[in-house]
Amino acid sequence: MPPEVHRGELISLHHRAWRVVGSAGPGVLWLVLFFALPLLMIVAISFLSRGEYGTFQGPLTLENYRRLAGFGLLGFEPLYPIIVLRSLALGLGTAVLCLLAALPLAFFIARLSRPFKNLALILVVIPFWTNLLIRTYAWQMLLGPGSWITQAAVWLGVIAPGESLYPGAVAVYLCMVCDFLPFMVLPLYASVEKLDWSLVEAAMDLGANRFEVFRHGILPQIRPGFAAGSVLVFLPATGQFVIPDLLGGAKTVMLGNALQQQFGPGLDWPFGSAIAVVSLALVMIALIVLVRKSGEKDLEIL
Amino acid sequence: MPAVELTNVCRRFHEVVAVDQIHLAIRRGEFFSLLGPSGCGKTTLLRIIAGLDRPDAGTVSIDGKDATEIPAHRRPVNTVFQSYALFPHLNVRENVAFGLRMKKTPRTETEPRVHRVMELVRISELGPRRPAQLSGGQKQRVALARALVNEPQVLLLDEPLGALDLKLRKELQVELHALQRRLGITFIYVTHDQEEALAMSDRIGVMNNGKLEQCGPAENAYERPRTRFVAQFLGACNLIEGIVRRCAEGRMGAETSLGEIQAEMPSPAQTRKPGERCTFAIRPERVGLMKGSEKASEINAVAARITDLIYFGAETEYQLEVAGGLRLNARVMNAGATSSPLSVGETVVVRLPPNALIVLDD
Repeated sequence: MPPEVHRGELISLHHRAWRVVGSAGPGVLWLVLFFALPLLMIVAISFLSRGEYGTFQGPLTLENYRRLAGFGLLGFEPLYPIIVLRSLALGLGTAVLCLLAALPLAFFIARLSRPFKNLALILVVIPFWTNLLIRTYAWQMLLGPGSWITQAAVWLGVIAPGESLYPGAVAVYLCMVCDFLPFMVLPLYASVEKLDWSLVEAAMDLGANRFEVFRHGILPQIRPGFAAGSVLVFLPATGQFVIPDLLGGAKTVMLGNALQQQFGPGLDWPFGSAIAVVSLALVMIALIVLVRKSGEKDLEIL
Repeated sequence: MPAVELTNVCRRFHEVVAVDQIHLAIRRGEFFSLLGPSGCGKTTLLRIIAGLDRPDAGTVSIDGKDATEIPAHRRPVNTVFQSYALFPHLNVRENVAFGLRMKKTPRTETEPRVHRVMELVRISELGPRRPAQLSGGQKQRVALARALVNEPQVLLLDEPLGALDLKLRKELQVELHALQRRLGITFIYVTHDQEEALAMSDRIGVMNNGKLEQCGPAENAYERPRTRFVAQFLGACNLIEGIVRRCAEGRMGAETSLGEIQAEMPSPAQTRKPGERCTFAIRPERVGLMKGSEKASEINAVAARITDLIYFGAETEYQLEVAGGLRLNARVMNAGATSSPLSVGETVVVRLPPNALIVLDD
């Protein structure tokens, strides 16, 4: 192996070691102290059981995972599996809706001329300037009984008179899509912007109809943006609990709520840790599947 | 019936007129080249024939049928794109089979046709490769196979060899030419390389600023350019300005800075009146050089000084300055050891044969 040459300097091994520690050290230290160690602790705690007053105690047990899988004191009751599924469904639903909304938008923005393009991108990001909670409360008002949106929905026959869109699934998804849309639009836009239109023309030239042109001329090219956007929306949307809580009528428990419940008022850290470990594992599995499916290159855009 | 006929085709992009009132008929089975500098509108014209762009005015008919309103995917033409535009997610075989797949051709027919065309362009062994794993020349062949497999009535080629190195380009020129002869498909070939156009085409259409400047057999475009632009775009050319003195019986005499000059005029349509301005063109290889400072008594001969010479091996290019200050280029074949070399600073007699002088329209 040829010796490594550092341009314009002659430094000893000793110096090099210090340089590595100096540049990467603080970051690594931070991650170890505040990410890796706590994560290990969470994993460890999930195998303990709850003591009195919220402490935890041995011996090692799989009880928490059994309970999470639905085998409680009163026999099988799939309360937690349902919560997990509900959260995954919310994440998936949000991702799909965001994709449907973002795809035409990304093409629209990419075809605008320069100044309008920048304006449109700013408009996409503007909702972030307002706090999530404030936006969510705003939706409560906008969709509540007597609001003009509710009246319009009644007039259109979408809901019966006397009902309102909030609280309910419509309100939850509406707010979720609005919140997560930029995460889908921006990576998709980045892909669409770089689109090689000659492939679209080649497909047309070779006799492809509109659907086939999209499938072969466009889709393979925007897959990186598609994959990145899906991850960026799906992951946080799965863990989201404020919006379902505030707009869904506080009836539905999501992974996030369940977690917060155990660590907070429930004082059951071991069980809470088990929930955290399982949700983390699910997310990792989803990511691995995505990477396998779309090739590693696609995630570089992240 | 022409394979493709364009009638009064116009296309403008905002303020820029890309294609300006083009009338053109391309014969069945011919190798037709659209030649011009970049930005002259040749690619736009090709895209209009392919159906990838719409003319603002005029009609396009393919095989005698008006195709102006027919979308690209239903026209009996296929394109070889400059960038090749191979589908990166499909392998070579799938790329080649794409057109047949889109037309829902049965598998029993697709397989042998794909096999045959891949053999024809010599990419049989590349079937399972992805476009990213191919060299430029291989991509070019795949793009060609992908278009040819559809057996189009007209094959449109948009500078297909533009991205390749010189040696490969020469090789593929020969191959493309032979392929066209063998298949008998009408080729419309867009290029900015005049040598390429001359070497391959039956006929050439020279374009400039959206207009078709001249259209005709390849030799004609070179031997009898009609405009200043065509004369200078296709190979090097000396231009000599003058004023018409006499014009009769297929001969024209004009007063120029070289003195009185006579040119043959094969076409009676070019007849000029005395007193009009005119421009002569003469190719450097048609300019004759003779040793000696005495001005010969014959017509179209003038003394000149050699200001520079460039030795190319097979031939030598001389830069000459005539008494009046006019500069001329002459190219002389280095035929044998006997020809005594001319050197810089020497005075020679330059002869401009009347049948080599072309009278330009502008």
